[in-house]
Amino acid sequence: MDFELSDDQRDLAEAIRRLCQGRLPLAELRRRERTVHAVDRDGWAALGGAGVFAMTVPEADGGLGLGLADAAVIFEELGAGLVPGPLVATFLAAGRIDGAADGSAVVGVVERPGTADRSSDVLPTVVEHLDDLDVLVVLDGSGLAVVDPTSVEATPLDGSLDPLTPLWALSRLPAGEPLGGPTEAARWSRDGAALTAAIQVGLARWACDRAVDYAKERHQFGRPIGSFQAIKHLCADMVVRTEVARAAVHAGALTVDQPDVGDAQRAVAGAKLLADEAALANSRTAIQVHGGMGFTWEVPVHLAAKRARVHASQFGTVDDQASALAGGF
Amino acid sequence: MDLRPTPSEAAFRTELRQWLAAVLPTLPPKPPAHDWPARRAYDTGWQRMLFDAGYAGVDWPAEGGGRDASPVEQLIFKEELERAHAPYVGVNFVGLLHAGPTIVAEGNADQRARYLPPILRGDEVWCQGFSEPDAGSDLASLRTRAVRDGDEYVVTGSKIWTSHAEVADYCELLVRTGPDDSRHKGITWLIMPMDAPGIEIRPLETIAGSTEFAELYLDEVRIPAANRVGGENDGWRVTMVTLSFERGTAFVGDLLEAIELLDQAVALARRTGAWDDPGVRRQAGHLRAELDALWALTRRNVSQAARTGVPGIGGTVFKLAYTETRQRLGEFSLGLLGRCGLAATAPEPLDGGGPLPTATMVEDWLRGISLTIAAGTSQVQRNIVAERILGLPKEPPAAGGGR
Repeated sequence: MDFELSDDQRDLAEAIRRLCQGRLPLAELRRRERTVHAVDRDGWAALGGAGVFAMTVPEADGGLGLGLADAAVIFEELGAGLVPGPLVATFLAAGRIDGAADGSAVVGVVERPGTADRSSDVLPTVVEHLDDLDVLVVLDGSGLAVVDPTSVEATPLDGSLDPLTPLWALSRLPAGEPLGGPTEAARWSRDGAALTAAIQVGLARWACDRAVDYAKERHQFGRPIGSFQAIKHLCADMVVRTEVARAAVHAGALTVDQPDVGDAQRAVAGAKLLADEAALANSRTAIQVHGGMGFTWEVPVHLAAKRARVHASQFGTVDDQASALAGGF
Repeated sequence: MDLRPTPSEAAFRTELRQWLAAVLPTLPPKPPAHDWPARRAYDTGWQRMLFDAGYAGVDWPAEGGGRDASPVEQLIFKEELERAHAPYVGVNFVGLLHAGPTIVAEGNADQRARYLPPILRGDEVWCQGFSEPDAGSDLASLRTRAVRDGDEYVVTGSKIWTSHAEVADYCELLVRTGPDDSRHKGITWLIMPMDAPGIEIRPLETIAGSTEFAELYLDEVRIPAANRVGGENDGWRVTMVTLSFERGTAFVGDLLEAIELLDQAVALARRTGAWDDPGVRRQAGHLRAELDALWALTRRNVSQAARTGVPGIGGTVFKLAYTETRQRLGEFSLGLLGRCGLAATAPEPLDGGGPLPTATMVEDWLRGISLTIAAGTSQVQRNIVAERILGLPKEPPAAGGGR
């Protein structure tokens, strides 16, 4: 047993961190705020070229032949880079939908209402990034279906909470062409939750780093605010949430790769729950540490708080996961 | 990352499991909670069984007579003992986990030969004299004074939170040998025989009604200078060296116990009907997520220790998270009992089923309160995380004190 990251995993993470900083820096990403096209197609292709989407595709099929745990390490970096777009859906589609693996296609996913705990006769379905999608996959308990994104009746929603996640409301979802059955749908739900959780850990880490940097440089009462225990304890709690969630995410993804070590469904559900909580709480805390500046559009910490809410709504909410875990007793 | 056991780890586990299955049924009945001489006999008897089987000091280095097991084997050892409901380390805690490892690392040849084998065999019991009524989180301000007189130290002062003092043979004692304001630089580590004249032991009852702690009053207790471990005024460093033996396994038993307590709570919720409430089910699911994650974090911390040979900061992160999760578990469990959770004695259940787990849950709730205080309060732990991991600046020292 060795639950530490391997040197290869560390190198991979470092490479993706550099790629994000060089090719998809936050200042560039922010130029697309509040537009309907948050996805930079060249950047998407660069991620594809680095193997981000094809990590678990077998080498014989042109992928990297790695495990979901390796992918989780990478997706944490994408989260910490605040990279927008349907990263997880495109990853899940790699090897099944043309162009997903190499990043030449952008694939989105929408969960059909009724698959989660709560469905509604009042609230329409909401889908992200519709105008950037080449393919939309509809996921429900019975299987996967492919839909042409230009064929759906959709109304753009102004004022998307996350300025880099444009949203559309769908009054109805077409049936689409079948892509997979219940087994594959279950795999998408499980692996999607694991990698979304990894992104949330990245957001949690990024928010903590921003808060700590600010607490070191911002002076009040003649000292850095980070020397006050009230601020220190907020920051320490951010570290704790991040570290606990990361261990859970790595254990969840690794249990998918090594099914004999535990119950993958349970491990992933716990990971998503804790990673959602870490991202939501850390991003809110980071705004608090920034004081009034944290409430300005210019200072980017609000982006993490908003993105975290988007991801918390995908592949099962905190409450959905808690209910699922309770079902395992 | 690999969560699968190596062949040698699997073999270690199998052998241990077989041994436990063979010996645990031969144990005598557990003694009453307040009968300390009987508890000493029970705990040291178990230690002797471990010793005879080659499992004493699993985590000690070979030069101290230990097994020098890898961090992963130490994890397996604690995991298997807890799962098999083997006795706790009990009165052997300070000897095996603290005083012994200190003497292994810092004692001289005579001290090692004299004190280590009896700890491993369960022949001698140790207690700890570190904290003082006025030196808790700020341990370096301790004031128990030791004055050199020929080849002896004459020690006067008081200590608190000394566990198992009544049945201990020796005490690992921190004393002030430097000037009053010398803080970390004027502390010395002494071995105090508990039968020396001038020691008064006053038991300290906890809010849980337990009596494992005591206050020690030391009035001109004479301790041979040969009982000093490390140099005079070097006791702080000696104490810190001991902490470097930690391999991320300090809470393994507690965590597995918590996982079992959650199962018990869910069983109770099903029995009372509370399980029909989705809110109750989600609370249980949430606690399961937290406990599973803490088990993953334990494996991560142990793996880090195995790679680097030293404990990482992960132990502090773990303690902060675990202690609060455990308190939430205590609240959840006690809440399921309704007003029957207001007394430790279980009333006769109305369903005619087995006894209610009231005593366990009331005691666990009470003991849980100590978790965010003992071995460094959560507030001090947060300062450590903020300053040592995040590099946030220290608070300017208050007038007349400082860190």
